[in-house]
Amino acid sequence: MPKVVKLMQGSEACTAGALAAGLRFYAGYPITPSTEVAELCAEELPKIGGKFIQMEDEIGSIAACIGASLTGKKVMTATSGPGFSLMQECLGYASLCEIPLVIVNAQRMGPSTGMPTSPAQGDVMQARWGTHGDHPIIALAPGNVRECFDLTLRAFDLSEKYRIPAIVLTDEVISHMREGVELPDPAEVRPLRRAAPSSPAGYKPYAADPDGGVPLMAPFGEGYRWHCTGLFHDESGAPSGKADVADKLLRRLQLKMDKNAPDMWDNVQEGTEDCDIAVVSFGSSAMSALSAVRRARREGVKAGMLRLKTIWPFPEPAIRELASRAKAIVVPEMNLGQLALEVERVAGCRSRVIRVGKVNGELFRPDEIYDVIMGAK
Amino acid sequence: MSDVLKYFRQERLPHIWCPGCGHGTVTGALVRAIERLGLDKNKVCVVSGIGCSSRAVGYLDFDTLHTAHGRALAFATGIKLARPDLKVVVMTGDGDCTAIGGNHFIHAARRNIGITTIVMNNEIYGMTSGQYSPMTPKGMVGTTAPYGNVERSFDLCELAKAAGATFVGRSTTYHVPLLIDLIEKALQNDGFSVVESIGQCPTYLGRKNKIGGAVEMLNWIKDQSVNVKAAAALPPEKVKGKFLIGELHNAPAPEYSSEQGELIGRVQRNYSDIKGGLWECASNSD
Ligand SMILES: Cc1ncc(C[n+]2csc(CCOP(=O)(O)OP(=O)(O)O)c2C)c(N)n1
Ligand code: SF4
Ligand SMILES: [Mg+2]
Repeated sequence: MPKVVKLMQGSEACTAGALAAGLRFYAGYPITPSTEVAELCAEELPKIGGKFIQMEDEIGSIAACIGASLTGKKVMTATSGPGFSLMQECLGYASLCEIPLVIVNAQRMGPSTGMPTSPAQGDVMQARWGTHGDHPIIALAPGNVRECFDLTLRAFDLSEKYRIPAIVLTDEVISHMREGVELPDPAEVRPLRRAAPSSPAGYKPYAADPDGGVPLMAPFGEGYRWHCTGLFHDESGAPSGKADVADKLLRRLQLKMDKNAPDMWDNVQEGTEDCDIAVVSFGSSAMSALSAVRRARREGVKAGMLRLKTIWPFPEPAIRELASRAKAIVVPEMNLGQLALEVERVAGCRSRVIRVGKVNGELFRPDEIYDVIMGAK
Repeated sequence: MSDVLKYFRQERLPHIWCPGCGHGTVTGALVRAIERLGLDKNKVCVVSGIGCSSRAVGYLDFDTLHTAHGRALAFATGIKLARPDLKVVVMTGDGDCTAIGGNHFIHAARRNIGITTIVMNNEIYGMTSGQYSPMTPKGMVGTTAPYGNVERSFDLCELAKAAGATFVGRSTTYHVPLLIDLIEKALQNDGFSVVESIGQCPTYLGRKNKIGGAVEMLNWIKDQSVNVKAAAALPPEKVKGKFLIGELHNAPAPEYSSEQGELIGRVQRNYSDIKGGLWECASNSD
């Protein structure tokens, strides 16, 4: 079969990835630079019997997605900064109640309406800690258009498998950029499905190994008649105010993410085997960073690049390993040092972490990062 | 006597409500209406928000969803659209429905999505201990209105009607047979239905306003209500300051999830031979 290379936009690839994963329900509210995802879902979903709804706001959007996910559908919404902020309460609900759900968050400048709609990467910490309380979350960051497809598909797989909401953290450039991409052969895509119980008899909606186990999820409308609540709950789903129930639940949720993190981690490395100066970045910043790293290499500096595809759970081992080798770690990001905080935490005093923040709405130029690498050597 | 106990998760009782609270009466009316219609327990889904009223769903033996404050209708919209065959009911408080959830309420009504919404209106924020709500009558006292509420309250049924609800009725926890009848009719309406039930919160509204306990409150509620049929024959001064109970609006219109179903059918017929959309999925009715 001849290879088909299509010119695609990041948002288009996210949508294609979601459809490949088995998306059957989309609820959203328009916001640049994510709107193309909604528009494409409105066009594509009816063709395959899927449902699209434009809700009255982003709170309603994520809420409708959770409702649909409870019936067993694969669901997604897409948004950007202001909308992502509105989704936080229900994101916590999905995390606590273990509702599979994918959010594409095409980052734009903030806080507030900011400078619409220049690219930014200021939602790294909001993606992790935007909702209140300790909770598990997954965030994947595509670095090019093809990865928008791959990581959206992956976000569905991970979210369905672990019952943790998954965020695809793009930015204005990644979402709007067009590249020639060759998508996989549909016959070879094997999306995962959440594990379901086989019969309502004795079903306990939250029965799971306390050591990070994932409970079986029954769809609504199939005779299980279970109770889903954002109150802390015991294995039977009954609300509980007991200290031991709360403690057990929150620890299991945390372990679910911690123990399964190796399955969620993914990154791309170049020249890190022997590097003195490492660059850690993601998304569109990583494009400029890579070209800076290559130039430094050509000029004899042992520079290496670690591009994170998984931001949350944070890839501690990869950073630790890098810190054991590199004397300095440069972290370019379009914010004032959010990913860098994590890198600093993990690197400790083993390497010097150099924050390179940019918040003027412009992409990094490779020479800006190159200069920092040369200054650190 | 009908066996309504079968609709309860009896192991989850006793409930959290105060003695004399009206919320249990409304919950009882809902299961009686469901029983009368002989609905399949496995095909009924009850959704609520946050508040004393919203805790009702935890005691009911259906698929039940206790969501976030004000968001019940948005969650329910996802369920109904994904599974139009299910009977979706929302139980919500006056604060939950008309304050924080007001936007979802008018939009669910506008869409005429097939959800039966039961508003358990006690004219106060019960769960958070008695602050005034958008349904607290002007002049009454709440913990955040210690000198009397100066805000005007909604006429929820008029609001529902104006926003597009196709069945609207109001009853009270005093007029239980009427309440059951209205819920029964609401459940049969293929579209967005609203039943407002005015009920008592003796612990906060009753006590703070010196109305008395549950019995006094029920009489107080009864004295303010006028049946819509009787009202037509009464002189205006007899109706002034009172609220109407009964069936207030019944205007069937196409239901939203069926309209979406029809749209899907139309798109599938027109695009059945078009290959190479964004992703080649097998077409299905999943
Ligand atoms: C986002 C959010 N804001 C505020 C609250 C606090 N809160 C819980 S219940 C409630 C009011 C409920 O009032 P109502 O819906 O009338 O129910 P009732 O308790 O009177 O039955 C409030 C303000 C909350 N849980 N979530
Ligand atoms: S506080 Fe009021 S509404 Fe809440 S349970 Fe008590 S009586 Fe009912
Ligand atoms: Mg109330």
